[in-house]
Amino acid sequence: MLTRLGPMLAIGLLTAPVAFGLAGTVLPAFGYLPALGGMEFGLAPFATLFAEPAILMSALMSLVTGLVTAAISLTAVMLFTAAWGGTRLFARIQHLISPLLSLPHAASAFALAFLIAPSGMIARLISPELTGWERPPDLLIVHDPLGLSMMAGLIVKEIPFLLLVTLAALPQVKPARMRALIASMGYGRISGFVLGLWPSIYPQIRLPVFAVIAFATSVVDVAAILGPTTPAPLAVRLVNWMNDPDLSMRFLASAGAVLQLGVTAAAILIWIGFEKIGARLRDRVACAGRRLRRDSGLRWGALAAMLVSAGAIFAGLLALGLWSVAGLWQYPDLLPARFDLRNWMRVLPSLVEPLAITLFVAFISTLVAVVIAILCFVREDEMGYPPGRGALALLYMPLLVPQVAFLFGLQLLFILTGVQATMAALVFAHLVFVLPYAYLSLKDPWRAFDRRYDQIAAGLGKGPVERFFQIRLPMLARPLLAVAAIGFSVSVGLYLPTLLIGAGRLTTITTEAVALASGGNRRVIGIYAFMQMVLPAAGFAVATIVPALIFRRYRDMHV
Amino acid sequence: MTDAGLFIDGVTIALEGREIVSLTKRVAPGEVLTVMGPSGAGKSTLLAYVGGFLDPVFSARGRVFVAGTEVTALKPEDRHVGVLFQDPLLFPHMSVGGNLMFALPEAVRGRAARVERVAHALEGVGLAGLEARDPATLSGGQKSRVALARVLASTPRALLLDEPFSKLDAELRAQTRELVFSKARESGLPVLLVTHDAADAEAAGGDIVRIGE
Repeated sequence: MLTRLGPMLAIGLLTAPVAFGLAGTVLPAFGYLPALGGMEFGLAPFATLFAEPAILMSALMSLVTGLVTAAISLTAVMLFTAAWGGTRLFARIQHLISPLLSLPHAASAFALAFLIAPSGMIARLISPELTGWERPPDLLIVHDPLGLSMMAGLIVKEIPFLLLVTLAALPQVKPARMRALIASMGYGRISGFVLGLWPSIYPQIRLPVFAVIAFATSVVDVAAILGPTTPAPLAVRLVNWMNDPDLSMRFLASAGAVLQLGVTAAAILIWIGFEKIGARLRDRVACAGRRLRRDSGLRWGALAAMLVSAGAIFAGLLALGLWSVAGLWQYPDLLPARFDLRNWMRVLPSLVEPLAITLFVAFISTLVAVVIAILCFVREDEMGYPPGRGALALLYMPLLVPQVAFLFGLQLLFILTGVQATMAALVFAHLVFVLPYAYLSLKDPWRAFDRRYDQIAAGLGKGPVERFFQIRLPMLARPLLAVAAIGFSVSVGLYLPTLLIGAGRLTTITTEAVALASGGNRRVIGIYAFMQMVLPAAGFAVATIVPALIFRRYRDMHV
Repeated sequence: MTDAGLFIDGVTIALEGREIVSLTKRVAPGEVLTVMGPSGAGKSTLLAYVGGFLDPVFSARGRVFVAGTEVTALKPEDRHVGVLFQDPLLFPHMSVGGNLMFALPEAVRGRAARVERVAHALEGVGLAGLEARDPATLSGGQKSRVALARVLASTPRALLLDEPFSKLDAELRAQTRELVFSKARESGLPVLLVTHDAADAEAAGGDIVRIGE
């Protein structure tokens, strides 16, 4: 009976907030919001919206950012997997990159900013010898008007994500055998992979790619840290209007959110056009039988791209860490003249509350998400068949609909019901985003479990409850904790849901860090971004160490 | 006494309307019924039906009696039917002793009595004193014997064997086979054996049913 609740809760949690949220956004966009005196439907909010300066420029910026981010990160992942898949180097790089997945977007954006800014690590490394700079030059590298550093910040973060989903899809196409087969026909590594294997991998990772597009077209935190300001990308402007003390701005913000919905949908449609062109191009090359064996340049290029993208974040994180303990640090010195823990002592008192909220919300939302995911899988086992494609699309719903588009409405709903800025509402909002990740990352380990253990235990006279707690749960302890660590890191990194539902009264490390971005106090930013990095890492450390300790006596329970 | 043993009464299993198995057979205590057939013929589905874990994609009818009780509608855990698969499938998070403790019925009460029974069971398969070992450190033959001791410790009323010797090398296979059959005879258990190895069938000595040919 209990298990039947799983799918129901999951479906409710994934659809209700999005559906009600969208309604709560769309109605005010057309002028209807009785609480603020909007009693009649009309297009006035849109008229105001399009009268805003450079609004179409903002929308275009968002559209291009989404497409460029997805195209570059997907190409890098595809070429890298093509060129190096199955080698030991590939496994090493994979281990290097996968921790970056758990890093909050805001932290990686700060890392990049601390690296490439005119006063950042790279400039310090080459100054004054190569550049002659004795003071930070007045260059707009961060916040550049074309949004290049914003796209770079998104790309370095989406590469680990797309690599991970590609790796998850890879075993189903039996890569080792196929690679050998295609190579025996004389194809180069990259062309063989792109023509022979990629067409069966891509459909499996299509929804995650769409999720990347949706995220990048509507991102707020990375855009606030790295993005252009004149004009800012659409979503950033919307959030500013939304947070305006003048409540009538809500109509404008809602109309903007509808525009955002259109921008994201347009980006995905254009992408689908790219897919068609790409497929046609691929077919033409494949039918011509071009072997394209001379690909060593491309192979090393793909490797370099992966190393640069991962290396940039690691170097940036190092810079963040340094700033958090830096005393006097003059330009262009590469290292601080003095290290000083007083930064931490000063910040610590104000760090405690956001830290406590971050931990509490992450713990509870992860716990609930994992329990619901388990109930879904148990139910699935009882039914004897997996849910259809519709269920999968449902799971991606909160990741495909731009966050601003439904969070505005959800916030409004919470305000009207008087639960805004309560812990329960915040946990609920986080759950909407944590649940899809918990479900998706538990799917493979759960299905990989050898059912015969269950049958043996049943043959020994053990009922379902006993089988679950004594066999399934301990045997799956490691993947379950890993899933929990993923859920935890998702929650820690959530910016917009926390900002809007917490309404500034409940703040987490991430919202505090992004709020500091405009202030420019590098030592304080360093501390908050450092905490953002440490929390997910600590989660993964616990997920690794705890099962290793519990099962230290049992060899087959080790990795 | 006619009730004793395993009775498969008009069992028919079909997949998408195509009949795979149809069988009526009685297996007396201590006897072995061998089901043979090429791989993919659905031998294991019969075993799964008797054990109560048939995949829902199959449709099946017919009744199964174990020691005079109809178990067709019972859950697998209420059937008292033990299973051995081709892999030993020892629970990797429990010691050898823990695996057997887990199998021992609740009716065996008291720590001392349970420890005693486990020791006795391990002795019965020639592995006395291995309680504290991690299953992962055992040899292949030892693992199969622990799996046998484990299933016997749960005091089943019938035994299902799903190609349990197929992953062992020739010599070990003969030994293990001998041990399993003698233990089953000793405990008076009716055995349903699924195999594609004629030597298994011959060693079992009982009736042979061929399917999918």
